[in-house]
Amino acid sequence: MSQLLHTTFVPTTSPSLRRPLTRTAHNPTWALQIHSKIREIFMPALSSTMTEGKIVSWIKSEGEKLSKGDSVVVVESDKADMDVESFYDGYLAAIMVEEGHSVPIGSPIALLAESEDEIAAALAQKTSSSSAITTPNPAPAPAPDSITSDDTPSAITSANVSSRSSVANGAMGSSVHPASEGGKRVVASPYAKKLAKEYGVDLIGLVGSGPNGRIVAKDVEEAAAAKASAGGASEAAKSSTVGAALELGSVVPFTTMQSAVSRNMLESLAVPTFRVGYTITTDALDALYKKIKSKGVTMTAILAKATALALVKHPIVNSSCRDGKSFTYNSSINIAVAVAIDGGLITPVLQDADKIDIYSLSRKWKELVDKARAKQLQPHEYNTGTFTLSNLGMFGVDRFDAILPPGTGAIMAVGASQPTLVGTKDGRIGLKNQMQVNVTADHRVVYGADLAAFLQTLAKIIEDPKDLTL
Amino acid sequence: MQSAISLSLSSPSTIARSDCTAAAAANSYICTPRSLRFCGLRREAFKSKSFNSLSVSTRLLPCSRNSSFKKVCAALQSNGAPSKGEFDYDLVIIGAGVGGHGAALHAVEKGLKTAIIEGDVVGGTCVNRGCVPSKALLAVSGRMRELQNEHHMRSFGLQVAAAGYDKQGVADHANNLASKIRSNLTNSMKALGVDILTGTGTILGPQKLKFGKGGSGDTIITAKDIIIATGSVPLVPKGIEVDGKSVITSDHALKLEFVPEWIAIVGSGYIGLEFSDVYTALGSEVTFIEALDQLMPGFDPEIGKLAQRVLINPRKIDHHTGVFASKITPAKDGNPVIIELIDAKTKEPKGTVEVDAALIATGRAPFTQGLGLENINVQTQRGFVPVDERMRVIDSTGKLVPHLYCIGDANGKMMLAHAASAQGISVVEQVSGKDHVLNHLSIPAACFTHPEISMVGLTEPQAREKAEKEGFEVSITKTSFKANTKALAENEGEGIAKLIYRADTGEILGVHIFGLHAADLIHEASNAIAMGTRIQELKFAVHAHPTLSEVLDELFKSAKVVSSSHVAQPVAV
Repeated sequence: MSQLLHTTFVPTTSPSLRRPLTRTAHNPTWALQIHSKIREIFMPALSSTMTEGKIVSWIKSEGEKLSKGDSVVVVESDKADMDVESFYDGYLAAIMVEEGHSVPIGSPIALLAESEDEIAAALAQKTSSSSAITTPNPAPAPAPDSITSDDTPSAITSANVSSRSSVANGAMGSSVHPASEGGKRVVASPYAKKLAKEYGVDLIGLVGSGPNGRIVAKDVEEAAAAKASAGGASEAAKSSTVGAALELGSVVPFTTMQSAVSRNMLESLAVPTFRVGYTITTDALDALYKKIKSKGVTMTAILAKATALALVKHPIVNSSCRDGKSFTYNSSINIAVAVAIDGGLITPVLQDADKIDIYSLSRKWKELVDKARAKQLQPHEYNTGTFTLSNLGMFGVDRFDAILPPGTGAIMAVGASQPTLVGTKDGRIGLKNQMQVNVTADHRVVYGADLAAFLQTLAKIIEDPKDLTL
Repeated sequence: MQSAISLSLSSPSTIARSDCTAAAAANSYICTPRSLRFCGLRREAFKSKSFNSLSVSTRLLPCSRNSSFKKVCAALQSNGAPSKGEFDYDLVIIGAGVGGHGAALHAVEKGLKTAIIEGDVVGGTCVNRGCVPSKALLAVSGRMRELQNEHHMRSFGLQVAAAGYDKQGVADHANNLASKIRSNLTNSMKALGVDILTGTGTILGPQKLKFGKGGSGDTIITAKDIIIATGSVPLVPKGIEVDGKSVITSDHALKLEFVPEWIAIVGSGYIGLEFSDVYTALGSEVTFIEALDQLMPGFDPEIGKLAQRVLINPRKIDHHTGVFASKITPAKDGNPVIIELIDAKTKEPKGTVEVDAALIATGRAPFTQGLGLENINVQTQRGFVPVDERMRVIDSTGKLVPHLYCIGDANGKMMLAHAASAQGISVVEQVSGKDHVLNHLSIPAACFTHPEISMVGLTEPQAREKAEKEGFEVSITKTSFKANTKALAENEGEGIAKLIYRADTGEILGVHIFGLHAADLIHEASNAIAMGTRIQELKFAVHAHPTLSEVLDELFKSAKVVSSSHVAQPVAV
């Protein structure tokens, strides 16, 4: 089934919130780029429905000479495995996406140098993850979930691309097969290995909780979650340094998602908001979490569930003001949870969080996060929230303040739970885990007393969380 | 079903001539389609039919006046005494598996006095430790998989609460099915008057054998013709220690005594693949260990590739290919099962794998020990009994052994239950005076994963090799299940059908199907190959709409036959 690829499709629709990645519509397979004679090889679109492709195997290795028409790589699309051939003569200078990894179509997967001398230059280009490699489409798309392609790529540097290639580099380091390695061997179950590959988690160094210390799927999921939160923090820190490494003084247009965020932020200025904070003791909640964690329950799901149960008793906090003249009482409690993703922010929604049990809610959350990562959330999965949660606790943030998303009545900012020295009413002092929450609400519909009552209920639920698992 | 049969046999008391009733029973069997060839799974359906026809015939037709009944009475009487008088039996079959059973039924139809020797339980591997119980487990795994697939259910608009299973209930289902089919098989032979002789059968010399528990208590009998149908047992390569608990073969796995969290399956052929389907549906994670360079050897490469993308990659399965499991140590003292791997070619160590259980599915070895083959100067080859294309046994000097045949797994030609049965029928045809050679290329094979894989005839590489030798051109056409209405209605559009054919003659060389109910769909193609039907004729056959069979309809219609040969127009009647 070695189907040679001569023509490709440019996807015209995308099911997801996707940042524009298709840079060159005139030749999406092998886009010619500006830098010297080093060309980028992109993930080709092998079918009209393909959104990402997986590298099955590299037929050529780094440094190998290629002639026009040679098969270079086998790509697995949603339909078939296909050999992809080179349109140019040259040398395969650097492989940027290792075998077994998936990337969206249009992402660079390797560099092609015209002569041997340029291999080093290409390698430098790959490792420094700097210099103008490719250009994301600067034109803001009209709708956040449509892809646009631009026939005239401009030469503007992109932080996205460099972070992407550094991700690929990071993933390469972890793609060694530990089970077959002599010496320090790692035993991981097949599904754990699959997940590790998917999330780019290094199995070496992971502590397994399975039989005989075997690494099982749960361990990888936990490591991935930890990595995601840590990564989020470091990414933020990195962005300035990465930015510095790029061309300072340049202007980088917003991506579609960033434009949408900007628009929403401006809109929020028209809403008169106020904030109410509360400190909640979480000892009981932490104990509960420890107990049901092994059943796949996540802290996010627990917080969403607790919030939803409190909202049942305070429907006003779940309401919103659409026209400035009336209350809109929402029939269902849909908890949106803010998630940082590469180059932006999205709020997957846990619908009817008050009615769904904690285990199903956790599964649902996992599914939503997977979809968000794959950029495959459907509109109803990210824009139907009636109340928003934003949690920065995992980064050690102890308190912060959130902006109210337009169309909703309130958003709650959750800080880290920290051991705190507390004086109790009976005159003793003790150590308790406490976290601070801070709700921002639309004062046209939600008043101070409403929020205070809501927070009191929430604190009660969290401090005595037995109802959460019902 | 057993009750239906015993009723039909107790009815003679109501009328005077009991042998006629028996004949009526026999007649109704003979009249019904011989669906038993395929593992006897459809026995149930036609058994009740036979019972109905029996009650009707005994009530309405005085049997002595029915000529066809007389004929069968005669046949039955001749089963009471061998036709020529010099032998105890016309035909003795060693082994009451599906092959032996198929041969026995056909022999009675041909008027031969027939006996069948079985040392274990009637039904053999297929019914007791093979295709039948595994289908019960796969039926469960298919449903589990469907219920667990939230996305699939939601696309139907169905809401299902978390699906779970009761291991004992699943195991009981497999066990009950096996015993039901076993009693059906036994009853069908008893009803026809086949003598079931219990014990190990040993050949003493030409046309002479003994049976019993061994030793002096054995009974010696003579037979005009003998069929060896002793089947096979799971093959366990050396270095592997099977303890029946943590290191198991398919025999143990079918009892489903435990569902390990992580199981290694050694071998990725039919057996391994089916068990991976069962175990992953029940929540296990699976590691395949395959000696060849790719998984699923033996399947058409293109089908194998697609099947891997559907049956392996998205599931909790990983694999090591190109390696042998050189040593497997069962779990004990809290240690896991340890599998040592070596490179299949260089024999270098390739590390070890530690798992909760290991299933050995490396194939099956013929069960031919103790048959007394040395008494007639026959030497087995790797345990298999050498035979010619008519299943006649060949001795160590290369000469045919008269009146001795071997069918099924024991001859290793095609290790499938229905192939054994077909070979048995072919042998009976020959011993009753009609030459018959079975076309093995027309025998379909199926793997009951979800979705199923089925095939008949040659794979693409085999067809190309043959084409090169014989100087013709191979054409290939494919259709997708995605275009089939019924498949889409079931939300099961994944799958392809592939036709390998000669464009110059319209001859079908092979058909391979991967998709919903592929195992049931293949028979249109296998029958066409068996009957020599050409594609240009098949194009005019009509298929009900909307059915999955239209996948094949489309396949045949998309074939481009340039044959100038005249196509017989169907005649209206």
